[in-house]
Amino acid sequence: MRVLPCADSGLLVELDDLTEVRALHAALEADRPEGVTDFVPAARTLLLRLGPGADVTAIEHAVRTVRPGEVADTDSELLRVPVVYDGVDLAEVAELTGLTEREVIAEHTGTEWTVAFGGFAPGFGYLMGGSPKLEVPRRVESRTRVPLGAVGLAGSFSGIYPRESPGGWQLIGRTELRMWQVDREPPALLRPGVRVRFEEAE
Amino acid sequence: MNRDRASVGLEVLEPGPLATVQDLGRHGLAGIGVGSSGAADRGSLRLANRLLGNDENAAAVEVTFGGFAARALRDLTVAITGAPCPVTVDERGAATNALVRVPAGAVLRLGVPDRGLRAYVAVRGGIAVDPVLGSRSTDVLSGLGPEQLCAGVELPVGPAPRQLPVTDFAPVAPLPADELVLTVVPGPRQDWFTCEAFAALLRESYAVTSETNRVGIRLDGPELARSRDDELPSEGMVMGSLQVPPSGRPTLFLADHPVTGGYPVIAVVVACDVDKAAQARPGMRVRFTVKGRGHR
Repeated sequence: MRVLPCADSGLLVELDDLTEVRALHAALEADRPEGVTDFVPAARTLLLRLGPGADVTAIEHAVRTVRPGEVADTDSELLRVPVVYDGVDLAEVAELTGLTEREVIAEHTGTEWTVAFGGFAPGFGYLMGGSPKLEVPRRVESRTRVPLGAVGLAGSFSGIYPRESPGGWQLIGRTELRMWQVDREPPALLRPGVRVRFEEAE
Repeated sequence: MNRDRASVGLEVLEPGPLATVQDLGRHGLAGIGVGSSGAADRGSLRLANRLLGNDENAAAVEVTFGGFAARALRDLTVAITGAPCPVTVDERGAATNALVRVPAGAVLRLGVPDRGLRAYVAVRGGIAVDPVLGSRSTDVLSGLGPEQLCAGVELPVGPAPRQLPVTDFAPVAPLPADELVLTVVPGPRQDWFTCEAFAALLRESYAVTSETNRVGIRLDGPELARSRDDELPSEGMVMGSLQVPPSGRPTLFLADHPVTGGYPVIAVVVACDVDKAAQARPGMRVRFTVKGRGHR
């Protein structure tokens, strides 16, 4: 573990992998050190954002001494996401992976994914744990407009666009399920730890 | 509109280049991609609210580069802080950093400030637009919160707080005109840069470019060379981060910065100086001076 200070505004904790990030996040969330206003989990880091006057030394001590617990995946919520697999990049993903389009769909729906972290936009979740056969690069050129609900792949991640935005992921389908609604509780369906199962819609 | 009479406040006549509602921001939702947003110059918003006896977190109008005008729809008490704009109430001059009475029907007007960038128009009772996810702030990056203000918008004002204003004027140090000095601490990825890069950041001055908004300030100056070329997995960012994209020229993150970023942060501006940075206008020079770890 490396604890990297961000002036008096944050502590960036660098860890070995996502499992450690989630364990530390869960432990600190359960016993939040005074002065921490927000947690930002990412692939290998957990950022603690600090409020004015936070005691950075005390918080760093809490980070170094907390006992990260086991994060039990099966206890978290399972979200079923119906997808129409008619994305503009489906053929290209098939070509890149050496699968047929039907096989791409089978691989995407065949495993359970888990939200690793967010960050790109409110309600966006980086989904991990899918089939390694689906690993594809981002598009060489980003699209200026990706529609709301588009389901994409990039690297080993899958994701769902929570609103219309620019984006560089390979689009394989779309869902009617709204990932982000400010007037709903919770506003984001995809929160770190939530498990996701894609299902082919009619 | 069927609005409660008690909440009637002021009508925007001219927003100027950009006017938004801001409080101290949204907290606790960064994990689902929601940025903190809030007033770019938090100290100035707090000062205005303290003058008025408001809660520090009460929402106000953040006016960018003056040019703002609004009509009081009932008798209001306001305070204007931040960039020192010339202020008038029905053409009569009024002070900044002070309590100002605006009678019903009168027009409050902010001219272009000769220094600084952002002024805060706070009203006793606070701007009472509906909060979104716990804050009334407009986040220009994610689009959360109220729309940016345009002519004709009526802003409701909340009930006056119990607390009475204790002073009617606050002395404030003048903002610098040409060169801004900001205190930094080495950033979490300082080791991704050459030693010379950090030395250059402290030695040279950087220009505030016209690409500056609530998200951040793009700076122009000597290129900050990296010592490693691998890709940084996206990680959480804080306000005040000096993030260095492939151009080698740093961007200083302000209130509406992205929650995560994929470029290394060479240094972080201390929290109280982020307020000063939020007053930097294009063309100004910025110098960075270092404060060791342990600074509060």
